[in-house]
Amino acid sequence: MSEQEITLRMEGIFKAFPGVQALDDIDFEAAASEVVALVGENGAGKSTLMKILCGAYRKDAGRIFLHGQETEIENPYHAQQLGIAIIYQEFNLTPNQSAAANIFMAREPRQQGLGRFLNFVDRRRMEREAQEHLNRVGARVPATALISDLSVAQQQMVEVAKELAVDARIIIMDEPTSALGEDEVETLFEIIGTLKEQGIAIIFITHRLEEVFRIADRVVVLRDGRRVGSMSISEATPDKVIHLMVGRELTEMFYKEEAEIGEPLMEVRGLTRRGVVEDVSFTLRRGEILGFSGLVGAGRTETARLLFGVDRKDAGEIWVDGEQMRITSPVDAVVAGLGFVPEDRGLQGLVLKLPVLENIVLPSLDNHSRAGWLDQRSLRNTAQTYVDKLNIRTPHLQQKAMFLSGGNQQKVVLAKWLALQPKVLIMDEPTRGIDVGAKAEVHALMSQLAQAGMGIIMISSELPEILGMSDRVLVMHEGRVMAILDRAEATQEKIMACASGEINNINATAKGAEA
Amino acid sequence: MSNTESAHGGSVVAMARPRGMIWRSVVGRQELGVFLILLAMVVFLSLYTDTFLTSTNIFNILRAFSWIAISAFGQCMVIITAGVDLSVGSVMGLSGLASAMLLERGINVPVAVVGGLLTGLVAGFLNGLMITKGKLPPFIATLGSYLMARGLCYGLTGGWPVRGLPQSFRNLGQYDIPIAGFGVPLPLIFMLIFAVLTSIFLTRTVWGYRIYAVGGNETATALSGINTARVKIMVYSLCGLLTAIGGVLMTARLGVAAPTAAQGYELDVIAAVVVGGTSFSGGEGTILGVLIGAAIMQVLRNGLVLIGVSAYWLQAVQGLVIVVAIMLDQLRKRGR
Repeated sequence: MSEQEITLRMEGIFKAFPGVQALDDIDFEAAASEVVALVGENGAGKSTLMKILCGAYRKDAGRIFLHGQETEIENPYHAQQLGIAIIYQEFNLTPNQSAAANIFMAREPRQQGLGRFLNFVDRRRMEREAQEHLNRVGARVPATALISDLSVAQQQMVEVAKELAVDARIIIMDEPTSALGEDEVETLFEIIGTLKEQGIAIIFITHRLEEVFRIADRVVVLRDGRRVGSMSISEATPDKVIHLMVGRELTEMFYKEEAEIGEPLMEVRGLTRRGVVEDVSFTLRRGEILGFSGLVGAGRTETARLLFGVDRKDAGEIWVDGEQMRITSPVDAVVAGLGFVPEDRGLQGLVLKLPVLENIVLPSLDNHSRAGWLDQRSLRNTAQTYVDKLNIRTPHLQQKAMFLSGGNQQKVVLAKWLALQPKVLIMDEPTRGIDVGAKAEVHALMSQLAQAGMGIIMISSELPEILGMSDRVLVMHEGRVMAILDRAEATQEKIMACASGEINNINATAKGAEA
Repeated sequence: MSNTESAHGGSVVAMARPRGMIWRSVVGRQELGVFLILLAMVVFLSLYTDTFLTSTNIFNILRAFSWIAISAFGQCMVIITAGVDLSVGSVMGLSGLASAMLLERGINVPVAVVGGLLTGLVAGFLNGLMITKGKLPPFIATLGSYLMARGLCYGLTGGWPVRGLPQSFRNLGQYDIPIAGFGVPLPLIFMLIFAVLTSIFLTRTVWGYRIYAVGGNETATALSGINTARVKIMVYSLCGLLTAIGGVLMTARLGVAAPTAAQGYELDVIAAVVVGGTSFSGGEGTILGVLIGAAIMQVLRNGLVLIGVSAYWLQAVQGLVIVVAIMLDQLRKRGR
């Protein structure tokens, strides 16, 4: 590969944070029209490396070459001018503006004549050009649409279009598929193919290995701030990559252990929120993991929110242990014995500003107090117990949750519910965005909880996870239950067929479940 | 706020620190920065003027900031929940006035005091209801009650002050308790008691934990099965109550309840809280910080007069000092 083709080369990058050497002598390169998958456990240094590349962090040492020329990247704005773009998991879009306004943010075309003098935006031109950029990535999104009206996948397309509009030569995608349903992932891969043809280098951070082998040309593996491997995809195998990532052999991806399925624990009948969730009924048994599958927007998260009393239901009954529960708020849900691990750790699961200890004990404060007076030792013991039990890696209980890695944050969210010992645990994308090791730990924990008699509802957009962990799979499509499949009959093809609305066999299966 | 590198949120986490971190916890405390600013001001004024460091002057300062500080303890809790209470000045005036009007009708002192306190409590409760059930932003809701409470003061009195309050009531604000040869003002004692009580409430009770949690992330707190509306109503009610305590003490000290009393105090109260390191984005702040913040505000006012700054320029200098103090504190937090 000649020097010109190598769009980016980073040499000997070092970066330390208080108490941790985040990057330790890292080399990294990406060529034009190349898709480089950057993989590694959380905390391995992927995000830190990319934040240095896009100017969010300053490196301690090392050199960066762009198109063969050494460059100091001063700040994010400078990085953008150099043609480096990053698309974060959380999008940088303003929800109340149009796609066009977002694509041209801070560079809105001005009107001619007097309008130019007054800084009037040439809206028509902006929308026309934005539409061209959207079409270029194959997005079927009108440029005039408000961001808040778009799906997550469509928002992501707007992000990509926005970066193309500033002529990005290197596009970094941080976990781009984590919020997408299966078919939307396909669309994204098509977009990546288009970008490749246009000579753009793509750095793709992901936890899903099958994606690496689908689209990457080369895979770079980081572990504990070091580069432990870089190979072309033809030399790589999933086992090899996993081995490099974790530094140990992972014999199995899913730690599903058989639990004894007991009597019905929770029954849901006719749960409805008009326009979102229609007539959802199912039975959850003791020791059972019930997987919720479906495309993004099928109403799975919305169902979970109705169950937990976050949103108001228009109709439906929830029975727990043979007793009908009136759940109109999360307070009621907790009283009814439900726990809820929401899909977004930072926004919904944790109080990031507060320490690990307070996050763990938050739902169960009443159990550690007398007349409102907190028993500090009891709080500490509980928190320490779950930190040990779930292997939460934190220097001490007073560490603010924001400083933990994603996997450890997720374990804190789990810990706070386990400390309350709910009967039913609803988990919305429990392993999204966490590394392979933590993922395996979460799965093992789910098996243990099921064995202890808990009922678990697991929403997941990853089919292997659904197939690997569920005793039964409930498939939703456009707010309705399409099928409830037994573990034995659930296959990838069958689930996809139900999720896309091609098969609706709820009537037969629902009768079977009630019998 | 970008103080993400600061080690600890304050006294809410003041337990279970590993050994050897005690020194770090002293140095790392978020109150340290503002305390140093206060210390610098005191040292400067002591050297520069003969009058600052006299017991009379010191106790005057302490007495005068007692009611501001007591109200600021309540405001601190409100701001920790990421809210704000603009009505405290008006409620302070109204609750003092309520006590005075009860006394005027010959009602005995304890009942009149309780009447004043209830006035504040109810005002705070209504603020809480408007914000949680009425879904109004705290700024708007308390802007409304700020005007309503002040309007009540004028309406009830017809604009005339209530005078002739009994000595037994005035003693609450005017009596000095002899301790170690000094006459320590009673309001100062009250202030210290409420500082300790509020601090314990925030750091040692279920409610305190929930207050920090609501301010840190209301969504996550609600999804943890906590009734966040109830937490907020309680916080605004307590703010009203503490403000009323300040209002009663102030009225007792002045010996007269004017409808204009405590006008503009909401800004002093909020300034004390913010100078004390409480973040407007919620989830952090301590009573110790507020105490220091309130002291800075009062020393500043007193000191500027002592060094001969014209009364016309006072506010401009005060505003400047507030802004500079907070900027310094932010720099310190970011620098670590």
